[in-house]
Amino acid sequence: MIVAPKREDYDVVVIGAGPAGLAAAATSAEAGLSTLLLDENIGPGGQVFRAISSTPVTERNQLGADYWVGADLVQALRASNAEVIHRATVWSLDRNLEIAVSIGGASAFVKAKRVILATGALERPFPIPGWTLPGVMTAGAAQTMLKSSGLVPDGRTVIAGQGPLLWLLAAQILRLGGRIDRILDTTQRGNYFASLPHAFAFLTSPYFIKGLTMMREVKAKVQVVSGVTELSASGDGQLANVSYVAGGKRETIPADLLLLHQGVVPNVNLAMSAGVEHRWDDLQLCWSPLLDASGNSSVAGIAIAGDGAGIGGANAAVVRGRIAARAAVEALAPAAAAKLAPMAALRADLAKAERGRVFLDTLFRPSQQFRIPAGDTIVCRCEEVTAKDVLDAVAIGATGPNQLKAYRRTGMGPCQGRLCGLTVTELMAQARGKTPQEIGYYRLRAPVKPITLAELAAVPKSEADIKAVVRG
Amino acid sequence: MSKALPSEVGAGSREENASKLKSEYDVAVVGGGLLGSAIAWGLGRLGKRVAVLDEGDITKRASRANFALVWVQSKGLGMPAYTVWTLRASEAWGRLASELKQQTGLDVSLQQNGGFHLTLGDDEFGQRTELVKRMHNQTGAADYKMEMLSASEVKKSLPLIGPEVSGGSFCPLDGHVNSLRTFRAFHTGFKEFGIDYFPEQPVSAISKSGGEFRLTTPKGELRAAKIVLAAGNANQTLAPMVGLYAPMGPTRGQIVVTERTMPFLPHPLTTIRQTDEGTVMIGDSKEDELDDRALKHSISAVMTDRAQRMFPHLSRLNVVRSWAGIRVMPQDGFPIYDQSETHPGAFVACCHSGVTLASNHAFEIARMVAQGALEPELVGAFSASRFGGTGAANNSGY
Amino acid sequence: MFKRSEQDKRPQLQIFVDGVAVAARQGDTVSAALLASGRDARRSTAVSGAPRLPYCMMGVCFDCLVTIDGVGNRQGCLVPVAEGMQIEIQKGKREIGK
Repeated sequence: MIVAPKREDYDVVVIGAGPAGLAAAATSAEAGLSTLLLDENIGPGGQVFRAISSTPVTERNQLGADYWVGADLVQALRASNAEVIHRATVWSLDRNLEIAVSIGGASAFVKAKRVILATGALERPFPIPGWTLPGVMTAGAAQTMLKSSGLVPDGRTVIAGQGPLLWLLAAQILRLGGRIDRILDTTQRGNYFASLPHAFAFLTSPYFIKGLTMMREVKAKVQVVSGVTELSASGDGQLANVSYVAGGKRETIPADLLLLHQGVVPNVNLAMSAGVEHRWDDLQLCWSPLLDASGNSSVAGIAIAGDGAGIGGANAAVVRGRIAARAAVEALAPAAAAKLAPMAALRADLAKAERGRVFLDTLFRPSQQFRIPAGDTIVCRCEEVTAKDVLDAVAIGATGPNQLKAYRRTGMGPCQGRLCGLTVTELMAQARGKTPQEIGYYRLRAPVKPITLAELAAVPKSEADIKAVVRG
Repeated sequence: MSKALPSEVGAGSREENASKLKSEYDVAVVGGGLLGSAIAWGLGRLGKRVAVLDEGDITKRASRANFALVWVQSKGLGMPAYTVWTLRASEAWGRLASELKQQTGLDVSLQQNGGFHLTLGDDEFGQRTELVKRMHNQTGAADYKMEMLSASEVKKSLPLIGPEVSGGSFCPLDGHVNSLRTFRAFHTGFKEFGIDYFPEQPVSAISKSGGEFRLTTPKGELRAAKIVLAAGNANQTLAPMVGLYAPMGPTRGQIVVTERTMPFLPHPLTTIRQTDEGTVMIGDSKEDELDDRALKHSISAVMTDRAQRMFPHLSRLNVVRSWAGIRVMPQDGFPIYDQSETHPGAFVACCHSGVTLASNHAFEIARMVAQGALEPELVGAFSASRFGGTGAANNSGY
Repeated sequence: MFKRSEQDKRPQLQIFVDGVAVAARQGDTVSAALLASGRDARRSTAVSGAPRLPYCMMGVCFDCLVTIDGVGNRQGCLVPVAEGMQIEIQKGKREIGK
């Protein structure tokens, strides 16, 4: 069933139905603002609460209590008057807060007084040799299949990388009867010391006990190799082996599935294409939007909540969603704001949710060798451009990602730089002796996701538009 | 002619670049886009010591926004010399492509098997027929065999055209090229020729003293015996610094590009072409708006709607990117090539068709600059003196 | 590579992969159904023809591209399966008209 937006104008349009988007839309609608929530997935939940309303995994303890929090958010949204459309891909957002959204192969155009971007995060590129081989996937991909289809690995499976999600996934796979042969932990040894000064905040955060329990649960069942300093996948048209070095010793093991994960980074494409200013975050090693305390961006009327605002995790995302929505309510219908939780309380919630984040960011800061590849390792998966290709282009004058496109087509494929952008920036920064901030990022433009030509052709046009194109 | 290989410019240290800035060059080319690069490459090919000063990653670069046609048909109405110049470029492109291939190993995918301009409906067919007639009747213009074809004749070459196509004009000399790869080939060739490329060094001032030009950049001063201004629309600002005139009238153009597709389009069209990589490029608008960051989807809609009426199969392809670029456009639409009387050794070159004319820039303009004087019989018509201080109407055929 | 959990009680439906009937579950995405099927579902890229399987399963990597009901280059990880759906594994560039 194809459902187009009911109106052309909304007070608030929220993009993304993950933790931040669900909370923002419910809050905005609760205050009486006309609210539209657009989401690309089949159902609500985003990635963290993926398939929250439809998962076949019914034994609640297997996915964990943190997952089922999502059900309450969905319930709150459904109890509100917010209009929700799934399988709706927003392909354009501009400074005038005009939104183009593709639904069922046709585009609709809506205008908002406020836009709250809750486009979340994606997994950081993990460009090791062989990462494009069939059989190599992200850990998040495996988790998506687990949550939405109850699928678990049953071949020889290796999980490699670092960070909380990796351990959560491993625990979930084991609880559902899946197979994990080995976990290769790439956490840099030096990070343990670097993160010590921030440990107190973490020890007193809710993450600590949960994390420790989960790691114990996994380590009891799976061989875990720590201090992995090199990693590669190989095989002839299909993953066959995973090779790694730990403690100076190389080992190669046969594998059918390699799941990679080294944290998540903001999904910046839509925000950047709308002109939202971003800066390089040296701790999280990614681009984050410049925002005020309510999530307002450099573009008037566009706020960003959730991991798209800088990685903070699901709890923080929910609060940031509420804060951004409350700020919208304060601006558009100040009287209605009284119904909502006071801003001071929300900020206190946020501080609590963000407790321990610096510790995690420092401990799980990915090592350089797993972020900045060399030689014939592929950087741009779409256009199949290697690290050496990028360096060759730098040697003949490419100064940044946009000139690199001209020389090598990086970022010009369908993913539009999502899987290569960070690598390209860091690789070029290293090669040129500059900071990532100085190197910059791709200039992104609509459509931020592909749409059919017929769909674009159906956009309403004026006589002036026709005159601008047709000439003898 | 061989030269000491330059050390790596891109990856080099600041000190290294600074020391280079103190050295002398035969020619400094201001602008590292397709036009400046072609001239610089041509000068390097003649053994000249050349420096290219360019801007950085984000600037208005027609070289990475263009449509990549090597195009002859309908060029030069109102200036027969432009037709002759364009024909010469078209004929020389094969030589340029093969020299680049030989030098750099890069195949720029030049294809010159003729191009179409398709019309939709009877009115457009009538207008195009008129234009072809006027082109033929223009005295002094070279004949480039542009002819009108009926829809059924077009269909023989382009079997996938839709029922709304009323026909079109065909010119057997038209073609297209991979313009990004051409750009890369020129820059790869720079290394071979010992040309120093200095990105992130926009020129803010130029003076002449002691018989040489001094160009001011944020990283210091560069000295050269001659200079070529090839900075696109920025030539308008730079030219008066050395007694030259380059009145520009830039416009914005939008282009839409699809995902890679199996080859289906054997000839390029004025507004649709399939690249050697398989993507389909659809152009292009002409707007007064000069913000290249903003896009008007309604204009892309007109372009894509026309494209799918010409080739109904296109409708299901996915559009993966679109962009706006600012055309380098002299005020009357025709190229400007000029030399300074007050500052001998200073040249200016700007034109809209940096791709089509790349061969002329690499071979002819470079040769003339190396010799120290433009040849009136070849490019005299393109002197900015034609403006007489006032801009003429743009009827260049673009 | 993957197996289904025994607690998965969702209704079954049938899709066709290159003409062969394959069992899927209601709520599966096309990519999940393909990976669960145990069939060789590798596409080959439009650039070099290299084999690929889905990588991110969340709509960002475009390695799950597949022909669905005659329409090429669709993101299999974002499209839910439907009874009788015709899937074709894509080899190389998409064909125009597909």
